[in-house]
Amino acid sequence: MHPFAFSRVSTVTAALNAGARDGRYVAGGTTLVDLMRETVERPAHVVDINGLPYKDITVTRQGLHVGSLVRMSELAAHPEVRATYPVLSQALELSASAQLRNMASIGGNIMQRPRCPYFRDVHSACNRRDPGSGCDALRGDNRMQAILGTSTHCVATHPSDLAVALVALDAVIQVRGLDGTRSIPVQDFFLRPGDTPQSEHSLRPGELITSLTVPTGAHTRRSGYLKVRDRQSYEFALASAAVALDIRGGVVRGARVAVGGVGTVPWRLPRVEEALVGKRPGRRTWTDAAALAADGAVPLSENAFKVKLVERTVRRQLMTIGGQ
Amino acid sequence: MSETFDEATTLKRRTFVAASTAAAGLPLLTSDRLPTSTTTPAPADRLSTVRLTVNGEQRTAQVDNRTSLLDLLREHLDLPGTKKGCDQGACGACTVLVDDRRVNACLTLAVMHQGARVTTIEGLARGEQLHPLQQAFIDHDGLQCGYCTPGQVMSGVACIAEGHTGSREEIREWMSGNLCRCGAYTNIVSAIEQTAKEA
Ligand SMILES: Cc1cc2nc3c(=O)[nH]c(=O)nc-3n(C[C@H](O)[C@H](O)[C@H](O)COP(=O)(O)OP(=O)(O)OC[C@H]3O[C@@H](n4cnc5c(N)ncnc54)[C@H](O)[C@@H]3O)c2cc1C
Ligand code: SF4
Ligand code: FES
Ligand code: FES
Repeated sequence: MHPFAFSRVSTVTAALNAGARDGRYVAGGTTLVDLMRETVERPAHVVDINGLPYKDITVTRQGLHVGSLVRMSELAAHPEVRATYPVLSQALELSASAQLRNMASIGGNIMQRPRCPYFRDVHSACNRRDPGSGCDALRGDNRMQAILGTSTHCVATHPSDLAVALVALDAVIQVRGLDGTRSIPVQDFFLRPGDTPQSEHSLRPGELITSLTVPTGAHTRRSGYLKVRDRQSYEFALASAAVALDIRGGVVRGARVAVGGVGTVPWRLPRVEEALVGKRPGRRTWTDAAALAADGAVPLSENAFKVKLVERTVRRQLMTIGGQ
Repeated sequence: MSETFDEATTLKRRTFVAASTAAAGLPLLTSDRLPTSTTTPAPADRLSTVRLTVNGEQRTAQVDNRTSLLDLLREHLDLPGTKKGCDQGACGACTVLVDDRRVNACLTLAVMHQGARVTTIEGLARGEQLHPLQQAFIDHDGLQCGYCTPGQVMSGVACIAEGHTGSREEIREWMSGNLCRCGAYTNIVSAIEQTAKEA
């Protein structure tokens, strides 16, 4: 780990001033400390933001409001979140481990960096870590990598489970910088690699995530998250599906579907959603819609299995949430 | 921790990580591929004084900011009961309670815990009287080689307090952040199950 100066801030202004001078925010540290130890990240100044007041969870008729410093374990266990937004609780509790969820924050979770082994190994070529150096994953070990939204510059998946659920539910991220606040729809927050894989999100340097909001609707109650992986627990997704359905009068009125473990960003599936709306719930509907899940996929040498896997993951979760 | 020591351990770990995560064919070290370096802070800015309560005792240490909570406990406070397995959040050997919540001590910086209350495996027993879960580990043979045991016990204590002991499956899921290399899992689950029932 490279040496760094450390400070703890208790006001937003102090945080933003430190951020403007290249200070690096730390919340739980479960991504940042790990990458600093690998020397992938080398901040000269680490700024502990745990003294800031972004720690509340509020549920109103309009929706859910979550401070960026709320811990993953807290949001998951919140009784109203469990009842009204089960997809969020499930995505969180299927992430990492109880120990990690106790430290890791909601803001840090959506800001986490890729788990690509070459990104984490500073002796490998990686355009995301070192723009222009190449991508060792393209011809190397790419079983875990993405099949959707990739480019010839980077094929790493976005590792956050929570983000997949947030994309399905049209969450909005509130940020604050020295020149004020702004709101970013979560769908626009994550950036596909294209030819600038080093740009992962639309946060400007020094900006802080203060909170996120999730609108409520008939679909949020009937929602859930399925995660398929190499072992049953404590592992990142090979494929995952966040599904939220509004079913009334024997007809699917609204459908939200997003997948993880397969895209370079949390991946919404508008074509699957269109195929569901107006249909009667049932095996035929779920199967036909799920067949569109891997639309546009570009598999690599070792991850072609994800094409079928994501389709089956979506179909299974549609059956679980929508009934057979 | 001296700089040379830090560099040396980093290199050893890297070789290990490269060997264990990616298959073959990782290129050799090429310094031109290292990320661009940022300015290095002055030596005085790299140190901090940490005050915290560990197992009921007030402790103070001056540490390099890079020191993890795990290294503070083991190397500065002389509490080697908490184990270092992976040093990257993947095994749970370093589990301690911070303000009664279980966390991985390896992935958090010591300087982030100013004023915190930390409980380690050394702080569970009351004098000669073992914590009920420690006794249950002995009764159920939940420690084989013993390496992962401190982390398992700390995690188990929290798992019981959180109420995640409704079934053996639930215990397994909520203990999955702790890996046991010699495979005492079944006995560990039994120890937690029994202690939860008696609590
Ligand atoms: C072994 C292991 C397994 C894991 N498994 C999973 C999994 O299955 N699913 C999953 O989703 N995740 C998983 N994770 C990742 C984990 O969820 C993230 O590390 C965690 O959520 C990051 O949160 P943090 O608060 O610790 O972030 P930090 O490490 O503190 O910060 C991460 C990044 O976010 C920035 N940041 C933090 N807060 C803010 C803010 N408010 N505003 C602006 N920038 C900010 C930091 O500067 C840093 O760049 C795993 C991690 C480990 C170590
Ligand atoms: S896939 Fe992306 S993160 Fe992985 S080595 Fe290639 S450029 Fe880097
Ligand atoms: S040593 Fe901390 S999780 Fe392995
Ligand atoms: S008892 Fe040996 S590693 Fe668990």
